Amino acid sequence: MQSAVIVFPASNCDRDAATALEKITGHKPLMVWHEETTLPKVDFVVIPGGFSYGDYLRSGAIAARSPIVRDIIKKAGNGLPVAGFCNGFQILTEAGLLPGALMRNKGLRFVCRPQKLQVVNKKTMFTSGYKDSEEITIPIAHFDGNYYADEDTLRKLRKSGQILFKYIDNPNGSLNDIAGICNKAGNVLGMMPHPERAVDPLHGGTDGIALFKSVLEAVR
Amino acid sequence: MKAIIHIGLKPGVLDPQGRTIARSLAHMGFDSVTNARQGKTIELNLDTEDAEKAQLDVEKMCKQLLANTVIEDYQIEIVEQD
Amino acid sequence: MIKIVITPELIAEHGLSEAEYEIICTRLGRTPNINELGIFSVMWSEHCSYKSSRRHLKKMLTKGDRVIQGPGENAGVIDIDDGDAIIFKMESHNHPSYIEPYQGAATGVGGIMRDVFTMGARPIANLNALRFGDPSHPKTKSLVAGVVHGIGGYGNCVGVPTVGGETNFHRGYNDNILVNAMCVGLAKADKVFYSAAEGVGNPIFYVGSKTGRDGIHGATMASAEFDDDSEQKRPTVQVGDPFTEKLLIEACMELMATDAIIAIQDMGAAGLTSSSIEMADKGGVGVKMNLDKVPQRESNMTPYEMMLSESQERMLMVIQPGKEHIAIEIFEKWDLDVAEVGITTDTGHLVLTHKGKTVCDIPIAPLGDDAPNLRRPYSKPKILETLNNDPVIDPIERGTDYKDIISILITSPDIASKRWIWEQYDRSVMGDTVQCSNSGGDAAIVRIHGTNKAVAITTDCTPRYVAADAFEGGKQAVAETYRNLCSVGAEPIAITDCLNFGNPERKDVMGQFVRSIEGIDAACRALDYPVVSGNVSLYNETNGQAIPPTPCIGGVGLIKDLDRYATLAGAKTGDHLVLLGNTDGWLGASLYAHLILGHDKSDAPIYAPPPVDLKAEKAVGTYIRRLIRDRRVNAVHDLSDGGLALAAIEMAFANRLGFELKGSADVPLYAWLFGEDQGRYLIAVEDNSLNPVISTARGLNIPAQRIGVVGGDRLIATGAFDLSLHDTHMEYENWLPNYMAD
Repeated sequence: MQSAVIVFPASNCDRDAATALEKITGHKPLMVWHEETTLPKVDFVVIPGGFSYGDYLRSGAIAARSPIVRDIIKKAGNGLPVAGFCNGFQILTEAGLLPGALMRNKGLRFVCRPQKLQVVNKKTMFTSGYKDSEEITIPIAHFDGNYYADEDTLRKLRKSGQILFKYIDNPNGSLNDIAGICNKAGNVLGMMPHPERAVDPLHGGTDGIALFKSVLEAVR
Repeated sequence: MKAIIHIGLKPGVLDPQGRTIARSLAHMGFDSVTNARQGKTIELNLDTEDAEKAQLDVEKMCKQLLANTVIEDYQIEIVEQD
Repeated sequence: MIKIVITPELIAEHGLSEAEYEIICTRLGRTPNINELGIFSVMWSEHCSYKSSRRHLKKMLTKGDRVIQGPGENAGVIDIDDGDAIIFKMESHNHPSYIEPYQGAATGVGGIMRDVFTMGARPIANLNALRFGDPSHPKTKSLVAGVVHGIGGYGNCVGVPTVGGETNFHRGYNDNILVNAMCVGLAKADKVFYSAAEGVGNPIFYVGSKTGRDGIHGATMASAEFDDDSEQKRPTVQVGDPFTEKLLIEACMELMATDAIIAIQDMGAAGLTSSSIEMADKGGVGVKMNLDKVPQRESNMTPYEMMLSESQERMLMVIQPGKEHIAIEIFEKWDLDVAEVGITTDTGHLVLTHKGKTVCDIPIAPLGDDAPNLRRPYSKPKILETLNNDPVIDPIERGTDYKDIISILITSPDIASKRWIWEQYDRSVMGDTVQCSNSGGDAAIVRIHGTNKAVAITTDCTPRYVAADAFEGGKQAVAETYRNLCSVGAEPIAITDCLNFGNPERKDVMGQFVRSIEGIDAACRALDYPVVSGNVSLYNETNGQAIPPTPCIGGVGLIKDLDRYATLAGAKTGDHLVLLGNTDGWLGASLYAHLILGHDKSDAPIYAPPPVDLKAEKAVGTYIRRLIRDRRVNAVHDLSDGGLALAAIEMAFANRLGFELKGSADVPLYAWLFGEDQGRYLIAVEDNSLNPVISTARGLNIPAQRIGVVGGDRLIATGAFDLSLHDTHMEYENWLPNYMAD
């Protein structure tokens, strides 16, 4: 599987995503600069975490309007698997690939800690490697992780199984404890936690490995 | 020409920053404050004399970038400068 | 243009003495103009010239087998094998953080990171040592919130993990908080960049944010005491832009991979002035700059403003002629302002032009050579008496319950959990953080990317010891960092220091300064653990009241193999607790003495602090590292504040396992539990390791005693206390969040 990691100005977690992808898929991902207008031919795209554009204006707002994202939107529409972690999730909502918005944490403070999550729907290409309702621990590190969508949207997400991960002990006020969702077609994932920071025993936990392995399986 | 844009959260969207502001003011003795909403103001300098065109352009800017219309509303004020 | 007349008042406002002004006139052969006056004033300020401290800092040990570059450059450089180097330094940003806590702390983080990456090292870890006033002081809470928010706001956005540090509270810092920021970076040993601008006729490039009117006279503010007018100094605090800093890091890393750079320096205190002058002085060249080329954020900036501006996120570099386009392309890709602003010359002068006129022409050498190097008089601090163990300080005799003592100690602001603080820092970005604040451990551990080795990093200082005996206190700060590193299995390599003191014009303060440097140096020499970089912050005083003397030390060590490291977690039920090192039960200047006996209430210290036996420190530290290498220990924790009781409790928190301890017959129970004798470690060993560990230690003349066992859910010290692990842990966790809550 050939993957790609998109790099925006101040995407801090691009290297982390690349390290995790190389470790698990055995192939170095392509690092794609935000100014490219076309994605190279890849099987999986990761939009990494960080502080693209300093989170200025709104987290992920400016990155979402970059040339490369336009092509990602097109290709995702044709089924290309895309995963956005943390800032990546913010960029996906700003780009309209996922519904809702990520707002300032309810506690008004940046939170970095290992976070307990529940895998709500294991029937997707991102979660097939987990058990039903499995409790996992993945680090979070964010200031604007408070997921919001109107009642109508939330109902639709619940009904169509688009909620993939929920917080156990909600750290940021997200409605319905939503930590990660996918689009209706199930090929675009957005989640606030950082699975790429849970792939090495020295990280203190390896619950992130199953996510990447699930994608690897699906793409095979 | 100058455009002054006020961007705020849609009514009904929880605003923890606004809530904290209102509480802090109350703690300071300003007990007439019943609610606070926090937004932002963006000022743009526009190199044009056409106020109507400016309004239309800024509308597009708001929809396309400056406001996240999922959770934010905006108000535009066009100011003619000497 | 109005010509500004140089008056005695103007000279004084610039912080220059009459004698210093005379020297300037002599060297120039005329009176200086306002730009030249400004330049001399910042270069000769305490902050830039180290005029009060230079002659004393010279005494310190700065060389070692692994030292590639000692003090004198932007940061220190050490070798960590395989062609890798670690570049690190600690710096203060005290005065600005008091005035504007968020931006003061943020720009402190930004500044220290630039000192590291300007030498070619990608920053891989940040730490900070913070000292705030008494919690009851009206400003403390908002200062804590602002500083922490600022450190997180900058460090998180730049994408470098903030992995450790320390936070103390004491009334001595009520009006002068301390924010010491440390940065550690990774470089290739053969690709370290220095600041000497060698060669004539080489282009000088400016890169980064545009120059504004920020922080003009920041250097002189850092050198001035606060008085009640300090609130009005707010406009001089700089505002940080971590987004631009991140772009600067990436752009510099890319450019440094080429061979286009001859020399590079970041613009910190005294901005364009200090960077251009230091680069030229080191390279033995002159510099000519056209200020019209400097990217400006404000209109109508004067030469004075441009030269003294402390706008952040800017670098100055000398580029190889012919390679300018490489630099320009890279900086334009990263959307950073880049401009060719000058050229190196053979005149040895700093020549500045603006709008076609020469607005400054001074020889550079005097700025360094004639910088004041003061012989400040100092008094020798008096030796205090020893606090003897005596029934009068026995809790039982005093009617104090051990339970209450433990409660007071673990909820004391210095000891209580700092989770509220470090949960606001991204500790795991870059994917190589092995150990950080959330383990409660002795040192942070950060893996060297792509390898199986790591650096261990720690910061320490015990100001109440330094106040009681500056020499022993200085030794102790170094020794504690040494112990912290040994505790995780790291070979201690070198230190950086951040020396925070009051007004050096006062003999007692100067005496503390000199003696603590001597203590630091004694420790460095005995432990083979040199100083490679550092910073001095003086005038931390308000209305004549100085801070407690606070020589903060940042230590760095190497863990050669991550299959062999230790933490204070890892103990198993049934493990034996063994205490290594000598225990006499020293209570002078201890937390027990201060908080339980009330010694902190007095204005001046009464009793001497625990002495540091450097030979013993080296012996025990070496032995601990050997035990870790040989996998003979499950958990290690070195002893410090609160002595054995607190060390055992902290280990219990980390392991979520209780303990049962039994005291020694030789030392009164309270002294055994709370004494702060130095050079000691608490370890958890398995059954089959117990005898070998103890007998080998004793064979090396290291006192070793089995003192208890791990297990259960109670914290038990026979004859003293029997507490619930869970409840005690909650008390420890709750103090700070309750204090910070609205």
